Amino acid sequence: MSSVVASGSLFRDRETGSFVRAFTALTASGFRRYSTYRQATVAGIFTNIVFGFLKCYVLLAVASGAGGLAAGYDRRQLVTFVWVGEGLLAVVLLWGWTELADRIRTGEVAADLLRPVEPVVSYLATDLGRAGYAVLTRLLPPVLVGPLFFDVYVPRRWWTVPLFLVSATLAVVICFGCRYLVNATAYWLLDARGPMVVWTLASGILAGLYFPLRFLPDWVYVTIWLATPLPSLFQAPLDVLLERDSGSIQVGIVALQAVWAVVVLASCRWVQRRAERRLVVQGG
Amino acid sequence: MADRGATGAYLALLRGQARAQAAYRTSFAIDLVSNVGATAFDVLTVLVLFGVTRQLGGFEIRAAMVVVGLSACAFAAANLAVGNMSQLRTYVRTGLLDAVLVRPVAALPQLVLMDVPLRKASRAVFGVTVLAVALAAAGIDWTPGRILLACLTPVAGAVFFGSIFVATASVAFWWIESGEVGNAFTYGGRDLTSYPITVYSGWFRQVFAYGLGFAFVAYYPGLALLGRPDPLGLPTWVGWVAPAVALPAAAVATVVWRMGIRHYRSTGS
Repeated sequence: MSSVVASGSLFRDRETGSFVRAFTALTASGFRRYSTYRQATVAGIFTNIVFGFLKCYVLLAVASGAGGLAAGYDRRQLVTFVWVGEGLLAVVLLWGWTELADRIRTGEVAADLLRPVEPVVSYLATDLGRAGYAVLTRLLPPVLVGPLFFDVYVPRRWWTVPLFLVSATLAVVICFGCRYLVNATAYWLLDARGPMVVWTLASGILAGLYFPLRFLPDWVYVTIWLATPLPSLFQAPLDVLLERDSGSIQVGIVALQAVWAVVVLASCRWVQRRAERRLVVQGG
Repeated sequence: MADRGATGAYLALLRGQARAQAAYRTSFAIDLVSNVGATAFDVLTVLVLFGVTRQLGGFEIRAAMVVVGLSACAFAAANLAVGNMSQLRTYVRTGLLDAVLVRPVAALPQLVLMDVPLRKASRAVFGVTVLAVALAAAGIDWTPGRILLACLTPVAGAVFFGSIFVATASVAFWWIESGEVGNAFTYGGRDLTSYPITVYSGWFRQVFAYGLGFAFVAYYPGLALLGRPDPLGLPTWVGWVAPAVALPAAAVATVVWRMGIRHYRSTGS
């Protein structure tokens, strides 16, 4: 026990080199861990593709009804929105992550606190590894299937795809932070199911999963975009990819994501510290 | 006597569930409210889409909302009754199903009652409300036949969705890691039936709307209630075939379930 604490303090004091090594090792382990769920991945891809068809037909019908342009998106942009969105959903992982809450309820979280890396950091590293695996297995299939059946929008500016990758990475980080905060309510509530349901609903509609947020009146979606981190999880990377705005606004969207990433991660650390001070591990 | 014993056992399971769920009061209350949210957001989505366009697949908002209401009602009722079946893969994987099978009551009702999502009741109530408002707003020329159809359709739709829940969950007997595959047909089916079938096209419409029968859950009954001809050319009486589609679906689900449970070999842990 004391040796663990001792090595922990050693670790925290060392230079950034060992921190980076630990972080990349955790990321790699996250990648490997999720790569073992192969059959679940196949099942997930199938479901994403069915929903891709559904949403694509509905949004195309909206565009047809509105005379070709739906809230400024043309048909090709809507198709790309749907199919890349179906893939992105599993990469940012809006729903279904209850690991931290489960570990808090069972008391296993005590083991996380003994480790030499802060829980927020180690869970983030693992989540980035998971997201990396999801890019290969969950993002690519719908992105490849969509164009087989529909005309898609292909970005025209040279910087759009690199900027999309930055935006998607920030989306993963912000989404991880939000999920962490929701899970962390279990430190106080023990049963975090209520906050999780609220999160599932709010994130689905305010991130742009149900419909592109620009379908709402301007003042509503601008308010949502500026006041909550949720559009930054899903709508932001997609709008960047679709070149919905001018180049400067495109960059501005990503800058706003960066601000939210810092705010959300800082909140995670603060909540974690507060929780550690009051934590009573289940069963003593 | 045996029957009364079984009923007593089911009632005991149900009571246990209710007590267990009510123990975490705050979470239960949040669940109850947010379950309305789930259906409310589906309806809100349709309203937002109609904020962008005046008509969807050839239907304006009042007509489209009748289809939404029929679909929401049917799905919410099925989800309340047998939605828990989607957990079957967890029960198979963890071996919990062994415990279910050794008890002297039937497995399917037990599974259904093991986690009756009482919180989902609010969703069903909301679904009925949406349907009632949509029917009132649509300016329907009511006849006794249409009143009967308006009552019959959600029930038939609930049986249909319930069958999909049971059949897709039973896949877990053969494919334990089937994960989200069932969602494509349950939640996917709900989304599909929420819109006029004219929205879809090509082989996708052939397979899902007609092949699997989703078109007859809400769209064709909706047309019959509204007294509108089908742009796709089917006669008006097709609006009445929902029960004729639901019963075979229930039969197929029963067969798949029975085959599955016979195929089941314990995980051996």
